[in-house]
Amino acid sequence: MTSDIKLTAEDFSNGVKGRWCAGCGDFGVHSSLKKAMAELGIPPSKTILISGIGCSSRMAYHLNGYCFHTIHGRPIAIASGCKIANPEMNVWTVCGDGDSMAIGGNHFIHALRRNVNINIVLLNNRIYGLTKGQYSPTSERGFISKSSPYGTVEDPFRPSELIIGASGEFFARCVATDGPGSVKCLTAASRHKGTAVVEMLTNCVTFNNGSFDRIYSKEGRDENALYLEDGKPMLFGKNKEYGIVQHGFDLKVVKVGEGGYTLNDILVHDSHCTDRTLHTKLSSLEGPDFPIVLGVIRDVSIPTYEEEIEKQIEEISAKKSYHNFEELMKTQHTWTIK
Amino acid sequence: MEEITVKQLNNVVVLFSGDSGDGMQLAGNIFSAVCAVLGDDICTFPDYPAEIRAPQGTLGGVSGFKIHAGKDVITPGDTCNVLVAMNPAALKKMKPFLAPDSVIIIDVDTFNESEMKKAEYVTNNPFEELDIKNEVIAAPLSTMCLHSLSKMEEMPPKAKLKCRNIMALGLVCWMFERPLDHAREMINEKFAKKPEIAEANCRVLQDGYNYGHNVHTSVAIRYKIEPKTPQKGTYTEISGNKALAFGLMAAAEKANMELFLGSYPITPATDVLHELAKHKSMGVKTVQCEDEISGCCMAIGASYAGDLAVTSTSGPGLCLKSEAMNLAIMAELPLVIIDVQRGGPSTGLPTKTEQTDLLQALYGRNGESPMPVVSAITPDDCFLTAYEACKMALEHMTPVIILSDAFVANGSAAWRIPNLKDYPSIQPHDVTSDMAGKWAPYMRDDKTLTRFRAVPGTEGFCHVIGGLEKDSDTGKISYDPDNHEKMVNFRKKKVSCIANSLPDLKVLGDSDADTIIIGWGGTYGHILESVNRVRANGHKIAQAHFRWLNPLPNNTEQVLKNYKRIIVAELNDGQFAGYLRMRYQELPHMDLISSIQGQPFAEDWLTERLTLLLEQK
Repeated sequence: MTSDIKLTAEDFSNGVKGRWCAGCGDFGVHSSLKKAMAELGIPPSKTILISGIGCSSRMAYHLNGYCFHTIHGRPIAIASGCKIANPEMNVWTVCGDGDSMAIGGNHFIHALRRNVNINIVLLNNRIYGLTKGQYSPTSERGFISKSSPYGTVEDPFRPSELIIGASGEFFARCVATDGPGSVKCLTAASRHKGTAVVEMLTNCVTFNNGSFDRIYSKEGRDENALYLEDGKPMLFGKNKEYGIVQHGFDLKVVKVGEGGYTLNDILVHDSHCTDRTLHTKLSSLEGPDFPIVLGVIRDVSIPTYEEEIEKQIEEISAKKSYHNFEELMKTQHTWTIK
Repeated sequence: MEEITVKQLNNVVVLFSGDSGDGMQLAGNIFSAVCAVLGDDICTFPDYPAEIRAPQGTLGGVSGFKIHAGKDVITPGDTCNVLVAMNPAALKKMKPFLAPDSVIIIDVDTFNESEMKKAEYVTNNPFEELDIKNEVIAAPLSTMCLHSLSKMEEMPPKAKLKCRNIMALGLVCWMFERPLDHAREMINEKFAKKPEIAEANCRVLQDGYNYGHNVHTSVAIRYKIEPKTPQKGTYTEISGNKALAFGLMAAAEKANMELFLGSYPITPATDVLHELAKHKSMGVKTVQCEDEISGCCMAIGASYAGDLAVTSTSGPGLCLKSEAMNLAIMAELPLVIIDVQRGGPSTGLPTKTEQTDLLQALYGRNGESPMPVVSAITPDDCFLTAYEACKMALEHMTPVIILSDAFVANGSAAWRIPNLKDYPSIQPHDVTSDMAGKWAPYMRDDKTLTRFRAVPGTEGFCHVIGGLEKDSDTGKISYDPDNHEKMVNFRKKKVSCIANSLPDLKVLGDSDADTIIIGWGGTYGHILESVNRVRANGHKIAQAHFRWLNPLPNNTEQVLKNYKRIIVAELNDGQFAGYLRMRYQELPHMDLISSIQGQPFAEDWLTERLTLLLEQK
């Protein structure tokens, strides 16, 4: 679906300025999304963007393309319909953690199971912003919000676990403030054939400020983020002095050159590995003892839903004797009255 | 040898009944097809339990299939001429459908102590216990099956007994002088992949027929159906749900679009999904979605992306889809929503029929959300209804609800195969290339107020639409109070404008009557039959039946005001009557005939009620 057309981020701008709070992570997402779309070289007229409801879903009003701002929780189902009906289009979904993990959880897992070739951009800010500050399904246990004044007594979803558990074959994670890292994940998601999810960690300055402090700044990421790259050892830290090794069934952080660990012991990333175990482990890593893993974690190709449907149509069409209404009628059990 | 009585009838009703595993639907289907091929009108009514297999032999597990065949048949009839009861439970369950002169065929082999116990008989004489005095043909169908197939040594006895239904069918075919060729053809087709089963069934079919022929002494009655002269043409037998599927495919072809169905299995609508899923060679895409909401949303996505999109369901599913349906109203996207009504509320009576979703279809959404609603009046009418709903949706850029019901959906009729050339064209309301640069999403056609569709992929028409209110000119988000009211009115008028393309409401019956009886949807045949009966008894009455429920035909008010009294007959608590009162001021006095039993109107009951009202004055 890539082409040689030279496009710029400006081609995907419709001139309508974002109306998010000053400092909102969604501005960063907006900018990265346009850059990624330009880099992909697919023109706006071949781009569909379906959004749900929430701050993040306002994205539809700020992009040039075929954009459809729909209803809460359902953008993934609507996007699936678009792609199955019209596989020629590059179909994006922008949704929040409420959209995809709560009210639309069912559509989220089933899209992954079906593997419709759509790109899901999941803006995770761990809060309901548009309704003014209630906890979300990704808020930490004990989180205090307007709807949980004494703290929540429920555990959050980790989107990655849900994705891999629903047999999702593409998962990437990036931070809204990290433009280049985001563009990399978004373009990879679009190039992946099948349902692709990019979790973009976005800070809600108004209702959940500081949620991603460890990695939200460049300095923080230098210290606490592990950027995965295929074929490269999993190194992180200011001077890439730390690495990830396997320790029994677990992962362990080691300092290269200490405790008998050399560069050769450090795990090498393979996003195309079909086995899900290591990808699950990596995407579940959390501080303070572990880095947060960013980049394309899983990217495995299997046939897509709409491809298989088109294939069936072709195969069945070749087998059956009828291809239009008149021919269909000839296959019916009929009798004639003269 | 005793003389056989041959009864000459215009039409007959046969009711096949037995355990839900006894194959009654198959026997009934074949018999109706056999009659249809001979030129009879047919109308069928399958009545089956919600349970897949209730315990064998119990009352809860009885499944029935009623066929009405002959001249001018418009309903499946009330009581039957012949009842086939494959076990004691069926006899007990179907007793209400017996008339004094009905003949009963039983498989006498099943009338043993254990089967009667399962059917909760307290004595060992079921006929006495049920006070049934009808003529009974006690045929040993089970024994005959085993005997008939004794040479098929490899077939287990259990499989042989499975052919009892076709043995009964053979006997019924003899009673009605129906030749077996067509039945044989259908059996061979049905069991094409299992030739030994096909052979066994053909054998018992013949033996059942021969039994009637040879044992005149016990079968002392035979019927002759007066042949009618039907319209020339090629016919097939079609159920309501299948006709809906065919209508959708026909419309897609005529509109030159691909057909997309998003659906979730739900009784009694699932057959629409089953039927469309078969036709990949016609390019039909069906998705069995994760839930009802997704079914509707996927269809909305497909519609947005350029397909003729449909979602099918029954009442509870319509509840779930309503938010998404409103998105289609707001985004003004074409969408066809099929609601095959069943008994409600909640899970209600999943396999039974009702007309209780009318107000839900008309009003069951947040905000001012007008949506066209059309209804199908007979199984074969479902074809036209589906076709018209697609045309309406595509040409007026609106979601359209089709109201069918379990009776119409599962019933079948002989259907003359149409020539699509005779059907009106379907022109999706698309942008034209000269509009590029001047177009906005909510620009409207002056006459129909329909907006223009720009299918994704079209160069020069990138745009945003969505569920938020939009400015009527620019298409941008607008919270302006006047603009909102203007858009509400546009959406309302757009739907009411559709009435200009609908035919006028037709009035049947007596032109000089004071009273008109009205109904809508699947009650057409029953009301017509009752009207015919009261008129034959000397009463004067007019009848009008509604297919288009929103908008209503332009002449509706004028027609209704022509009468002193309106009788509304519907299978709900007066929803249509209330709707008409809300729509039109100062209508004549209105009486309601309402039945909410999960069953179609019983003709005798309806005639009685109608007579009573007409005699009240």
